[in-house]
Amino acid sequence: MNTFLNWLDNRTGIRATVHEALFERIPGGARWRYVWGSTLVFAFSVQVITGLFLWMAYSPSSLTAWESVYFITYDMQFGWLLRGLHHFMAQAMVVLLAIHLMQVIIDGAYKAPREVNFWLGLILMQIVLGLSLTGYLLPWDQKGFWATNVATKLMTLVPVVGTKLQRLVVGGPTYGHHTLTRFFAMHAGVLPGLLIAFLALHIAVFRRHGIKAADPLHKKDAMFWPDQVLKDAVACLGVLLVVLLLTIFVGAELGAPADPSQAYAAARPEWYFLFLFQFLKYFPGETEIWGALIIPGIMFGVLALMPFLAKWKLGHRFNIAYMVIVLCGIGYLTAQAWHEDNRGPKSADYHRAVADAQTRAERVRELIEYGEGISEKGGRALLRSDPKTAGPDLFKRNCAVCHSFDGHDGTGGPQEKATASDLGGFGSRDWLKGFVVEPGGPKYFGPTANGSFNGKPIADTFSNGAMARWAKEHAGKMSSEEIAAVVEFLLSQGDRTDLGPVDADLAAKGREVFELGSLDANAEGAESRACLQCHEMVIDGAPLGTQGLAPGPDLSRYGSEAWLRDFLLNPDAPHNYGDRNAMPSYKDRMTEAEFNILLKWLRRQWLEVKGKK
Amino acid sequence: MEHDKKPDSGPVQDFLNAEEPRRDFFTQAAAVVTGAALGVVPLFAGLAVFTDPLRKRERKSEGGADADGFLKVAPLDGLLKGGEPRRYEVIDDRTDAWNLFPREAVGAVYLVRPVDGLVKAFNVKCPHAGCSVDFKAENACFQCPCHDSSFKPNDGLIANPNSPSPRGLDELEVKEVDGMVWVKYQEFQPGTSHKVPEA
Repeated sequence: MNTFLNWLDNRTGIRATVHEALFERIPGGARWRYVWGSTLVFAFSVQVITGLFLWMAYSPSSLTAWESVYFITYDMQFGWLLRGLHHFMAQAMVVLLAIHLMQVIIDGAYKAPREVNFWLGLILMQIVLGLSLTGYLLPWDQKGFWATNVATKLMTLVPVVGTKLQRLVVGGPTYGHHTLTRFFAMHAGVLPGLLIAFLALHIAVFRRHGIKAADPLHKKDAMFWPDQVLKDAVACLGVLLVVLLLTIFVGAELGAPADPSQAYAAARPEWYFLFLFQFLKYFPGETEIWGALIIPGIMFGVLALMPFLAKWKLGHRFNIAYMVIVLCGIGYLTAQAWHEDNRGPKSADYHRAVADAQTRAERVRELIEYGEGISEKGGRALLRSDPKTAGPDLFKRNCAVCHSFDGHDGTGGPQEKATASDLGGFGSRDWLKGFVVEPGGPKYFGPTANGSFNGKPIADTFSNGAMARWAKEHAGKMSSEEIAAVVEFLLSQGDRTDLGPVDADLAAKGREVFELGSLDANAEGAESRACLQCHEMVIDGAPLGTQGLAPGPDLSRYGSEAWLRDFLLNPDAPHNYGDRNAMPSYKDRMTEAEFNILLKWLRRQWLEVKGKK
Repeated sequence: MEHDKKPDSGPVQDFLNAEEPRRDFFTQAAAVVTGAALGVVPLFAGLAVFTDPLRKRERKSEGGADADGFLKVAPLDGLLKGGEPRRYEVIDDRTDAWNLFPREAVGAVYLVRPVDGLVKAFNVKCPHAGCSVDFKAENACFQCPCHDSSFKPNDGLIANPNSPSPRGLDELEVKEVDGMVWVKYQEFQPGTSHKVPEA
């Protein structure tokens, strides 16, 4: 071993290099307060290691970025650990950076002859913040996508070249494949390369001047190795433990896949940029450039000028006071942003947006794990085509002008002036029973009284129409079994997969009631009670009733997808409600794909994972 | 106050002149152990992810395979008795990392229908280095375009003894059900004299 080392040393001078690196004198002895620079180097090393391994599994394009991160997080062995380390170490780095900067300023280590190293440090800080900004986008989830969108939009504020600059960064007019390839090249290539170069300079210049001892007479001088190395290593271990705990107990979040069509009200930048986000709220309209660029620029400028300011008698104190004020300001703005989101008047909206985002993130995971996996259209397409996810919004946009859904607009928002039935639970046993017993009630024809059709009020055309009058006269006379039977019979027409199996015996009885009005052939007035008096139906190709002459809607395959499709496309057809129906045809009102999603959503045809609500 | 470097005392010299050199073995050992521990965590996480492909994965979908793993390949009446081998694509669900591609070509086979007996199926890949072999009607044999191995059309055995392939074409299990040829599609390791299924 020694022979080999001698041979190597002879040719490389490695011993002297190692000694040079390790045997740096520390006046006043090793101290805990000197550890911060080393913890930053450590944090960066972890980012390089974890980043390179993540790179081996990451695929930067708008159809594969989220998907590959999903695969790393939920499928690859210890992928969650690798991603968590990278995710939280990035945040730790920002914290350590702030501590290191404060330490340098308090100890006066920015003053002559160390000005250049101070500026190198400030450049390194910008690079680290750049890494964090570019890295936030790479998972291509809703959060990163929308937050980064805001950041790049701010670029357009740069005078003269702003819009061109933004387009260059984004790689085109809108976010897409090239935004990711560019951000990834910056994040994994350009910025780390610059960081390594500037870090080498930073350390070289640091070694030239030696450590700025806070108190050189504190203790006997010591060497960097092993006293300070051990302290540094223990501090790094502390950082690593915190990051590990966060990884294990919090975990790196992965939101739903980015979707430009799906607004994300909970978009916030990473917490350490939250103060800037909050700061912008104070700059309305065209003054935004002051909050986004000019004032932060001036503040950073003062920071860069600190070595010169320190020459003034009270300069050093001013600098410390300045840093304290700036940090307090940052702290205040961060707290204010947090407060507005969690306690302010709009906090309910924010919390709903967060909950909604979480629901979507969980749902896409369900769809992948229990559905048919991720097709080449990516994770976004899964949510877009999922009735459970996309249905409410389609209902809100297309139906909620007239209909309500369990009293709301489908998405949970307000529906204050319904003029048609409430479709929450459409086709279910409860819903059908309500329709049979109280068709003029508030969940069915009742709200039509508020509407108008062809310029005339609908008034009680339906709310006290033939069906409502029938119910008033007959429903009370029917036994609960007869009602349950007719409900079961109607249900059997709908091919529903979500409502439990049809009770065939009960449905057969229901058919009897439907045709004859009662289970008891001798019941008084049974004949005028029969549904067939007003409705028609074809069962297994055989018609029941009058065949095209009944005044009420044809109930063949009532509630099935085919029935609903026909009803939505031809609401005014004679076999539906005829030309007195105020409902417009849904032909060409939305794409075929959207129409199919809406049909499925109304009938609750979607992937439901067993054991969950 | 700052630390001024004395030109005549380099750091190494300082260390050698120190009163208690290597006084604290414990400190050194602790520094080394702690330092090593710091590196282990990110490296472990990285290598675990890197070696993920060695892990055996469960199939997420059955694809078109029956319970015994056979895939429907071609109608029997598309093959002439005693006719030339014909190449068919094998269609199955294909998983590529996070993507699932339903019903795609995952490989190809040659089917030969003898005058008597069951259809034979050969994996198109040459057992030498994995190139896809051609059927050369003019030579009445399978020929590998890479290293000139040649195989007999009826049983897939090596035709020219100078072929570099260590074994004949890999014959696959076949069954005929309701006029359709089903094949148990498998890949085998190249370069061995016996068939070793790939995991």
